[in-house]
Amino acid sequence: MAITPIIVALRRHKAGALLIGLQIALTLAIVCNALFIITTRIERIGRPTGIDEANLFKVSVQRGGLPSDGEAAKARLDADVRTDLAAIRALPDVADAYVTNTLPLANSNWTGWLGQTPDGDKVGPSTAFFLGDEHTLATLGLHLVEGRNFRPEEVLPHSLRDRVAPAQLIISKALAQKLYPDGDAIGKTVYVGPSAPPTRIIGVVDRLQSSTVQAWAESFAWQTSIVPARFSFTYRTYAIRARPGRLDAAMKAVPDALYAVDPQRVIPEDDGVLSFAGIRARAYRADRGMAILMGAVCVILLTVTAAGVVGLSSFWVGQRRRQIGIRRALGATRRNILNYFLAENALITVGGVLVGALMAFAINAWLMVQFELARLSVNYVLAGIVALIVLGQASAFAPALRASHIPPVEATRS
Amino acid sequence: MFGYYFQLGLRSLRRNPILTALMVMAIGFGVAASMTTYSVFRATSRNPIPQKSAQLFHPAIDNWGPEDTEKGEPPDSMTYKDVVALMRAHKAPRQTALYPIASALIPDDPSSLPQRQGAYAVYTDFFPMFDVPFIFGKPWSAEEDEGHAAVVVISKKLNDKVFGGANSVGKQLNLDGRLYVVSGVIEDWDASPRFFDLVNTGGFDKGAQLYMPFTRAIELQKQSNGNNNCNSDPGDGWDNYLRSECIWLAMWVELPDAAAAASYKQFLTNYVDEQRKAGRFRWPNNVRLRDVMDFLDAEHVVPAETQISLFVSLGFLVICLVNTVGLLLAKFMRRAPEIGVRRALGASRKEIYFQFLLEAAAVGVAGGVLGLLLTGLGVMGVGLVFEPAIARLATLDISLVLITLLVAVAATLLAAFYPTWRAAQVQPAWQLKSN
Repeated sequence: MAITPIIVALRRHKAGALLIGLQIALTLAIVCNALFIITTRIERIGRPTGIDEANLFKVSVQRGGLPSDGEAAKARLDADVRTDLAAIRALPDVADAYVTNTLPLANSNWTGWLGQTPDGDKVGPSTAFFLGDEHTLATLGLHLVEGRNFRPEEVLPHSLRDRVAPAQLIISKALAQKLYPDGDAIGKTVYVGPSAPPTRIIGVVDRLQSSTVQAWAESFAWQTSIVPARFSFTYRTYAIRARPGRLDAAMKAVPDALYAVDPQRVIPEDDGVLSFAGIRARAYRADRGMAILMGAVCVILLTVTAAGVVGLSSFWVGQRRRQIGIRRALGATRRNILNYFLAENALITVGGVLVGALMAFAINAWLMVQFELARLSVNYVLAGIVALIVLGQASAFAPALRASHIPPVEATRS
Repeated sequence: MFGYYFQLGLRSLRRNPILTALMVMAIGFGVAASMTTYSVFRATSRNPIPQKSAQLFHPAIDNWGPEDTEKGEPPDSMTYKDVVALMRAHKAPRQTALYPIASALIPDDPSSLPQRQGAYAVYTDFFPMFDVPFIFGKPWSAEEDEGHAAVVVISKKLNDKVFGGANSVGKQLNLDGRLYVVSGVIEDWDASPRFFDLVNTGGFDKGAQLYMPFTRAIELQKQSNGNNNCNSDPGDGWDNYLRSECIWLAMWVELPDAAAAASYKQFLTNYVDEQRKAGRFRWPNNVRLRDVMDFLDAEHVVPAETQISLFVSLGFLVICLVNTVGLLLAKFMRRAPEIGVRRALGASRKEIYFQFLLEAAAVGVAGGVLGLLLTGLGVMGVGLVFEPAIARLATLDISLVLITLLVAVAATLLAAFYPTWRAAQVQPAWQLKSN
């Protein structure tokens, strides 16, 4: 089919063709970036924490009115924690439990540095600390790839402002690779900050995500350490693994047991007892919301653009009934007419997507500067181009089909 | 004339119901998406205390040095020793240090459970500085600040719960097993964004239920319920912690005018100089004194999600407008013969403009009404998409209703300019001849 007559005809509808082209270009630019944001967020949400999340939950307690400073106060708090733990572990629905400062995704990060010399101040890699004991690996379902677990006698009481400077440490594989790229972290000595006592690495777990998903801690999100310490403070979190299928029962039983031990404590109503699914949902709420919003925008946007193409194509068909009649009278088949309008649409769409591809990269460049987004992959633009060409052809099809049904007799009408 | 054109417009719109529906839908969706995200953006970027935002200042000094700070900015929190020094110097007419704490309310009835209450430890100036409205009583006195007194100011919500809404001034409240005397009851007040505690809340959080003297909280060794950052080991125990370089406190001062602000900044500089002379700092002066809006800006209080959503929705609106320009153009040009007849019969170009803009305005109003309904749905649904603490701030109030309608009509008129201009350019002779 000759393309010249189409171009000549389009020049008589310059404004309309340009407007549709512009709309397609803008749609492509926004849809590509929206799709890119959606997949980035979904990938983020889908990252495994490294722990076995099913059947896991936490109970946060707060106990006001007790002093926390001084040896006697600390000993009292530690005795309370041991009593709590004994009560929790004795419950029939509980498989295992330990006390800690925070859990992966719980949004309360303790961070520090691991130096390889005693005087190396903050030169080592950053790490996020989890306090734990010999039950931690089992409770979280962590996979120990090297070394050994803590022994009960290695776990010491730890108050909020005590220095994190343990004699032993279990670290994540990501942190081990950062510290010792050649491997073999077991038995090595590190120092948590300047003039700290030596810390020996006794174990490496496969994967363990830090407590926060916020941007500031992203660079060391997988560089985590487990400190052999029982968090004995006025507020603390119990990480608890329920027996399979008993999660709901255990989530009720544990607070009751804790209140029975000490009714003066507070377990906050809104976020005191949370399943790990709940912790995960809270951590990624903004990402999930963003993906939903961008998805909704894409769907509505494509609908509006499709409707616009249908509207303008129909209008053009209506305007050219007589000319179509003449072509039909001169021997053009229905298929010729159909193809003409589809080709016209393809021409406009291709022009639009070419401009739109440039605009997509321009918008992405701006988002990169403003919001530190990643670079848009070409695949998204290619996918968007294909989608818009298909959408354009599908939208133009009904008007084009109607055009092809215009009888030759139209030529004689005015 | 107006009524006649309006009738013409309606008739024309009814002639192509599908085209009209497409335009109304495009305008409605575009406006609704923009207004919904705008309602969230507006909530997060608003001035929390417009009447005083230029008189309230957040001082910051660099006690960590270039090695431990980012982009040359001093830390946004302060150490205890600096806060105490600034409070003692009392160089501002009103000033307060503050930090978030959590207290457990112990009910009189032993069978009910204690409840956690979000709280702040503040100085008495906090209340007049931030225009906190009192229902009963008043803030505690400066002497009570000095004396570490066991007094509290409570929110209306807590007063309703504990005292059944009655005037509870002078009554006692059991917090963490200690008794406190209520000195005042305030409205359920919160600054939104919570500029005075951005570091711990990001600006959006559930409201605090009670306030107690800072000095009292320190005496009870109450740990901050928010962030704590240390660049070196503070050593064991509370006293070492208070002496350390750990930052965990906010400081706010009220300064009536620019001269007072300048002299306060000078005071901060002098203070840092003294500290350097004493050997505490080994780096150049780096102080900040930001007012509320500057501080909100520096702390990036508007989440990136909110901004990106707004920009994407505005892009969406632009596309809807381009769509409307195309459809209006189609619609108007289809009536070229009619325009030709009208022009030939003596209608001026101005009258054609008027007639077609009025028709477009009708589309705009219809789109605005649809947009308003969709915005209502959108604002109800923001909880699915944004953080709950932010989503609850987005509301469909009178101003948003007016803005929505205005944006719809203005956008449609803007879109109609080119098609109307084309319609007015129709040559009557040519049209009459070709028909």
